[in-house]
Amino acid sequence: MNLFCVGLSHHNADVETLERFGGNAEIDCLLRSSGCTEVLLLATCNRVEIYGVSESLVSTLDIARCLDRKIDQHISPEPAPFYRYEDAQCVRHLFRVACGLDSMVIGETEILGQAKKAYEAARSNGAAGRYLHRLFQRAFRVAKHVRTHTEITRGAVSVGSVAVDLAQKIFGNLRSCKVLVLGAGETSEKTARALVSRGVTDLRVSNRSAERADNLADSVAARAVPFQSWLDQCREIDILVASTSSEAPLLSRSELEPLLRGRIDRPLFIIDIAVPRNVDANVDALNGVYLYDIDSLQSIAEQSLAMRREQIAAAEEIIAQHVAEFDESMARGLKRAPQGSEHPSVGESSLRPSEL
Amino acid sequence: MDRYFLIASAVCFLVAIAHTIIELRCGIFRPMRFNFVAVGLGFIFQTAFLYMRGHALGRCPITNLFEVIIFVAWSIALFYMVVGPAYRLSLMGAFTAPLVVMLQLMALLLPIDHTHRAKMPPNSWLEFHASISLVAYGAFALACIAGVMYLVQERQIKTHQIHSIFYHLPPLTDLFAAITRLLWWGFGLYTLGLASGFFVGEPLPWTQIVCAVAVWVLYGLILQGRYLHWFAPKRVAALCVVGFSAALTLLWGITFTVQTHTP
Repeated sequence: MNLFCVGLSHHNADVETLERFGGNAEIDCLLRSSGCTEVLLLATCNRVEIYGVSESLVSTLDIARCLDRKIDQHISPEPAPFYRYEDAQCVRHLFRVACGLDSMVIGETEILGQAKKAYEAARSNGAAGRYLHRLFQRAFRVAKHVRTHTEITRGAVSVGSVAVDLAQKIFGNLRSCKVLVLGAGETSEKTARALVSRGVTDLRVSNRSAERADNLADSVAARAVPFQSWLDQCREIDILVASTSSEAPLLSRSELEPLLRGRIDRPLFIIDIAVPRNVDANVDALNGVYLYDIDSLQSIAEQSLAMRREQIAAAEEIIAQHVAEFDESMARGLKRAPQGSEHPSVGESSLRPSEL
Repeated sequence: MDRYFLIASAVCFLVAIAHTIIELRCGIFRPMRFNFVAVGLGFIFQTAFLYMRGHALGRCPITNLFEVIIFVAWSIALFYMVVGPAYRLSLMGAFTAPLVVMLQLMALLLPIDHTHRAKMPPNSWLEFHASISLVAYGAFALACIAGVMYLVQERQIKTHQIHSIFYHLPPLTDLFAAITRLLWWGFGLYTLGLASGFFVGEPLPWTQIVCAVAVWVLYGLILQGRYLHWFAPKRVAALCVVGFSAALTLLWGITFTVQTHTP
């Protein structure tokens, strides 16, 4: 019995190559006809991988042909940098993928959901049997173990998520926060959507062009505020997102200070993601005001990434233990278990919908 | 014999501190389970000590400075057990344990556990007055700890220096809400303790009265300042730390006065 993984990822392939070898709906049928007893396709924007079990060796070239989206399957695909892992190396690779160690952003958790979906698809069409069932169930357990026992997923690693995380560390639940987005560009829209996704319901938008402010307000279920009166909003808002193309600062310490007198016990979080900056740096000196510009947000994102990198060794250690245990259990279990006994039927999914 | 319970309790709190330090240094921290269990065990040993001492004395075990300090440490652990999980202040155990250990080690190492003959007959009003005031100290201590947590978190956000501990500390607004509630609990209990002092039926030393009223006024001012918006949350957090330090000093003064004035 051979367990193998053949694939391409962001480590060794560009987007064009990943798109070309993205596989298709009949991929598992093709592979099973070429000698695989179990097949699973994991295709994300950063990787295309085939996990297979076969009685005899299935060549990488055969798999590449099946993965190739070009119509003529008889022509050899142009050389692509496929990697191939067998047996214990394959188990280790899958565990690393599930834990986010092989991802472009170390520790990201989206891959686990994608792996679960891929497993569920393969299980429901009968392509994944008991071997892959055990392997993937173990991978999901390993990912959970690594997440719980290391800090590999700790901290936000993108500017937007750092800003939203900081807002949550200041205000807790964002549901009751009042937010003013200054500017109606793409960045403003993205930030507004990120805040809405974290529970913000009172969102206001202000822009020099009232029409653009209205458009953005409509698209994110916000309220448009005339640009002339945005400064007055600082008396009542909790979060200010500044992202206009203004060449000069729009908010100075002397303008903001009098507005804060009536709100001594409420912090004001200012996210200045404009370049050049919209808010004077001196504003940060005010009590209860927390000003973050693009550089400081970027710096925290980098700190988080560095913190995650420090956790790789601990995660690898956990993975190594699980690989050894898995190999041992498979060597024992496959001998003992009758054929098909551990293959979940379509009706008895091992995954709850919430896990997907 | 009862001191062994205190030593066991101090060891539990020390284990909680060591665990926190090791985990924070490794960048891994799962605070709730271990710290809560360690502080909980320490609390059980403290309770066992107070029970044995109270049984031996035939009254509430707050008859000398040693017992008073242990009673305060017990009150702090008690409030942590009640407040910590309720407000999800998961890291509070890591901040609570050092204060409790410091108090217990001070009590164990200093020669303040003077054996005393039964000089006064048990007075239930006096015992209620003293014990409820010391439980209020537990609430003030926890407000002080929440204040330290607030200041640490606020500093990290203000200076943009985000450390591993940042992700384990609660949001500023949650901490401030916890501080306010603890201040109210402490102030309410302390007021009750102070009022019950009028029913003791014995003359109390004037220095004790002045110290007790000073603590009451201090916390009353902090609460007043918080509700009249005189103080920003950061100032309230800092005042909780200053206030508890002052209250602890005055408590020592009160206990010292009681010991020297007892015939």
